[in-house]
Amino acid sequence: MAERFLMKGNEALAEAAIQAGCRHFFGYPITPQTELAAYMSKKMPKVGGTYLQAESELAAANMVLGCASAGCRAMTSSSSPGISLKTEAISYMAGSDVPALIINVQRGGPGLGGIQPSQADYWQATKATGHGDFQILVFAPATVQEMVNLVGKAFDLGDKYRMPAMILADGMLGQMMEPVEIPDGSNTELPEKPWATNGHQNKREHNIINSLYLTPQALEKLVRERFERYEIIKKNEQMAEEYLTDDADIIVVAYGASARVSHSAVDSARQQGIKAGLIRPITLWPFPTDTLAKAAEHAKAFLSVEMSMGQMVDDVKLAINCSRPVEFYGRTGGMIPTPDEILQQIIELGGEK
Amino acid sequence: MSTNYNMLLAGFGGQGILFAGKVIAYGGLNDGKEISWLPSYGPEMRGGTANCSVCISDKAIGSPLVTSPDTFIAMNLPSFDKFINDVKPGGTVIVDSFLIDRKVERDDLNVFYVPATKIAEEQGLKGLANIILVGKLFKETGFCTEEALYKAVEKCVPARKANMLDLNKKAIKLGMEQ
Amino acid sequence: MAVVFTKPHALTDAPFHYCPGCTHGIIHRLVAEVIDELGVEGKTVGVSPVGCAVMNYDYFNCDMVEAPHGRAPAVATGLKRAKPDNVIFTYQGDGDLAAIGTAETVHAATRGENITVIFVNNTIYGMTGGQMAPTSLPGQVTQTTPYGRDVNTAGYPVRVCEMLSTLDGVALAQRVAVDSVKHVNEAKKAIKKAFQNQIDKKGFSIVEVLSTCPTNWGLTPVEALDWLREKMIPYYPLGVYKDEEKGARLK
Repeated sequence: MAERFLMKGNEALAEAAIQAGCRHFFGYPITPQTELAAYMSKKMPKVGGTYLQAESELAAANMVLGCASAGCRAMTSSSSPGISLKTEAISYMAGSDVPALIINVQRGGPGLGGIQPSQADYWQATKATGHGDFQILVFAPATVQEMVNLVGKAFDLGDKYRMPAMILADGMLGQMMEPVEIPDGSNTELPEKPWATNGHQNKREHNIINSLYLTPQALEKLVRERFERYEIIKKNEQMAEEYLTDDADIIVVAYGASARVSHSAVDSARQQGIKAGLIRPITLWPFPTDTLAKAAEHAKAFLSVEMSMGQMVDDVKLAINCSRPVEFYGRTGGMIPTPDEILQQIIELGGEK
Repeated sequence: MSTNYNMLLAGFGGQGILFAGKVIAYGGLNDGKEISWLPSYGPEMRGGTANCSVCISDKAIGSPLVTSPDTFIAMNLPSFDKFINDVKPGGTVIVDSFLIDRKVERDDLNVFYVPATKIAEEQGLKGLANIILVGKLFKETGFCTEEALYKAVEKCVPARKANMLDLNKKAIKLGMEQ
Repeated sequence: MAVVFTKPHALTDAPFHYCPGCTHGIIHRLVAEVIDELGVEGKTVGVSPVGCAVMNYDYFNCDMVEAPHGRAPAVATGLKRAKPDNVIFTYQGDGDLAAIGTAETVHAATRGENITVIFVNNTIYGMTGGQMAPTSLPGQVTQTTPYGRDVNTAGYPVRVCEMLSTLDGVALAQRVAVDSVKHVNEAKKAIKKAFQNQIDKKGFSIVEVLSTCPTNWGLTPVEALDWLREKMIPYYPLGVYKDEEKGARLK
């Protein structure tokens, strides 16, 4: 077992990407993801990789599009306002079936917003990371170690399903240090990408990476095929962690930083004799509908806790088909809920018994 | 004494608040504990106040943001004023009394006044008041083992600043003597 | 029977969709001939723009990537950094390169990104039906300058080669035209040099090709060639604006 050492979330994301075989990073400075790019600028030259500080988030994301089109594991990272600019290229990548990794270390919004941790980009990540009919894989780590683990997973699944993948973190996770073990990626085998535009070497027909289909029938057919793939992903790739849910009356649903706080609140509720539990979605798309639907068979109520005005709460309601009351508690603008605030909500819900 | 700690360290940027937090965190880590370290970030880091939450626990850590610390190190007056009332009853407070000319009015805390900045200057340890306070914290709480603490210092002082290592260790010892 | 002309191998058999009299076809052929002559089709990747040439991924036999509007130099940067030994070119119109993609163009150039840019300047947005372009001439009538481009409200045209020639990352900035056999031959030489520069790792090379848009100019193909000669070339003088290895001025 490798030695555990302390690492900032942002740096751990970067190192994990390198260990996952990523050798191309294209970025643009923004708080609170800065350490990720800085780490890449230091490390990439040492491993024969590319660190490029682009002229804008638009350019950085489009460099990723080009690099990933050539078959490389490529990535970019940013924080909320920067991700809005990257959505152009993300939509094109989704429409061209090009896999890549995008990291969003979320901060408060809208507009320039703030720089403190937030989860207000849930809708953007899961519903509309750009224009058009498409989804991307969205992973929501809650610890620095999980950030490490999910980076490799995001690259792997992105390659497998030929689609962009996002790590949806936040300023708290990006800035904090926790003990981590980084897997040694020297044996990482990267998949063959016969579709890549890396030069046909006079051995095959030319490959085209493209998202333009002027014939509506052709575009519809392609989008439908893509959505069939999404159904397979929904069936196979949902991830969630359950904590004390077996006998729970009240189930808190929270991801990322708010799941950590909720975890403490659930412990406190249990100490007071309230049967509370926690479902922590790890994939936000595909949303862990199955876990929630199963929990709805016995739970009396759900509480979605988010660092937003209530975005995931809609997916919780859909997942359980509104068969139980679903309440919401959130802080926004960079505020982080406290365990006591969440406990109070659990107590109020528990009191309805 | 509890083996779980929710610590808050606060002071001016440049006093080594984040570094002191890192030493404490590695101390816990070296004893096999779960750890989190969360800095304040953004413009306030550049010249304004800096603070840092450190959690040490036997179990997985929930929120890394410490809003009600059981342990508080204060290195400037604004931070002292801002956080002193958030400290949990029975908590440990360590004050750099050279920089903070004020006494704690609450009577439900274990307060220790250490003129760390003055000691550091007198002992040729300029800039290591933070580590003197860590030494004092260790003495009063035993948040980790002594071996783990010295290993932590070794881990946190960059190899290229090897001459700083002995000074840091000296600062820890001085803190323990206070 | 002697073969005096064949379609270059680097062009596919797909028929062009361009309007009659449009000079995109000539420029495509020149690029393809250069790829053939340099023998690099197998390691060439082209980047298609948004604009009239958007579908040229179907016309070139090398690997092709379709970029978002204006981002071709960024996409090309990604392709080049992925495989530095591949030959990467972008093919962009004036709106794509000199309006929405100005930042990407200037920064790829100043980085000395070792790519080749074919810049087709016909002073108008063709694909969307003839709106003012960043290179539309003062007084030029377009769909969105119905009274002629008024420089007091719409500003002045961008001279791309002149602008880029100030940057140290640029190896070649040359303006050519395709209005005559002589100019077409010169254009091909410039394009070949822009590709050869890349193979020789000299830096960013751009060839601006003055081109026609009979449809949106409202002229016959022949009138359009005259308009190019009489109106465009005086404003956009042909010639070499920079021709040296990147960074040469710093040495």
